[in-house]
Amino acid sequence: MQSIHVRSTINGQPAEFLCEPRQSLLEVLRDVLRLTGTKEGCNDGNCGACTVEMDGRIVPACLVLGAEAEGAEILTVEGIAKGSALHDLQSAFLTGAALQCGICTPGFIVASKALLDQNPNPSEDEIRLWLANNLCRCTGYDKIVRSVQATASLCREESST
Amino acid sequence: MHSVQYHRPVTLDECLRLFDRFGKQARALAGGTDLLVQMRAGHCRNGAVVDVKHVPELNELRFGTSDGLTLGAAVPCYRIYGDATVSRAYPGLIDTVSMIGGTQIQGRASVGGNLCNAAPSADAVPALIALRAVCRIASVRGERELPVDQFCIAPGRNAMADNEVLVSLHVPPPPEHSGACYLRFIPRNEMDIAVAGAGVSVTLGNGTFRDGRVALASVAPTPLLVEKAGVALRGQPVEHEVIARAAAAAKAAARPITDMRGTAEYRKHLCEVLTRRALEKAVLRAGGTLA
Repeated sequence: MQSIHVRSTINGQPAEFLCEPRQSLLEVLRDVLRLTGTKEGCNDGNCGACTVEMDGRIVPACLVLGAEAEGAEILTVEGIAKGSALHDLQSAFLTGAALQCGICTPGFIVASKALLDQNPNPSEDEIRLWLANNLCRCTGYDKIVRSVQATASLCREESST
Repeated sequence: MHSVQYHRPVTLDECLRLFDRFGKQARALAGGTDLLVQMRAGHCRNGAVVDVKHVPELNELRFGTSDGLTLGAAVPCYRIYGDATVSRAYPGLIDTVSMIGGTQIQGRASVGGNLCNAAPSADAVPALIALRAVCRIASVRGERELPVDQFCIAPGRNAMADNEVLVSLHVPPPPEHSGACYLRFIPRNEMDIAVAGAGVSVTLGNGTFRDGRVALASVAPTPLLVEKAGVALRGQPVEHEVIARAAAAAKAAARPITDMRGTAEYRKHLCEVLTRRALEKAVLRAGGTLA
């Protein structure tokens, strides 16, 4: 088996790894780089648990080959907090009880951050549509949507003061 | 997924030589939203995955009022609806690329891949057929063009030879007073496979349909162009009654199966309803009013 040498940027840091041609980015993140924050749910693109940002777009890491990360910038849930301070979304998910078992949470955090980066004032419908590719079997979604809304209004307050 | 190779050509020539060398074993990787699932199911053993995203011709997204749209086969959905000019010119195409999967899938999945995968339920294909899109297909031996309605030949099978690659799709410029629309029915709001879908385009003039095209998803072994629906529209006044006749033609042309997503009878009913609603919306987009 010929391993592929891949150079990319992960959470702002240069990263080099070896992977097999068949390995997904999800497998590489979890099994090779030990970045286990990104979760495996369905492994076929339906559930969004493995959502990462790749060159500024959210993608399911299970449907990306590790080899495709060559030259790419990847952001995982491990790159969301600023040092030891949680990102506002992470705090809002905690205070808003937007998680129970927590398996879907990293995907929701990465996807919600990408939404707020491009749309600081999304409507409830826009949030639900954007997050349609993320499944949660615990919360019933309402608390997730409200936590994203709370983060958005907090960010707007911060930017207006 | 056993012994798989990964290739990343950066020119079309290099890409075509890889497909010539590996033939049946070569599998094009654009967004991977179908391919990686198929690989895990064991459909690509000892295959050569050719990542076509770095070939400039497959990444092109260009619109000109005289040339129309050139859509590289590997261009992901989000780039299409993210382009304001393309969105204005082809709302019927935007209907499909903004409903395929969800945000994450749209970050990867391409219209070219949706077509090559040749699923009867492919959402992008009826819209492409309605818009008279043409495929540009290449191999080391040269290039050829094929209308999209002739591209899918059976479930999961397309008209390309093993050494051929879909380079791009070409959509003619939208005629004056034209409009298009794609509607599908799924039992959820998002993230599902069409029980049935209808893609239509119309061109209006002097209160009549100058042109009309109707194509259906999920109701035949391949996406289905309904010639008789176009015949029912062309030259007729822009009226509900005429639209109803085209919708009836769509229902009559559908030859669906019964499966877990719906019965054949239900799907035929959906074809009539979706065709009617899509035509009404296309007329509005064309700037017309319905009598």
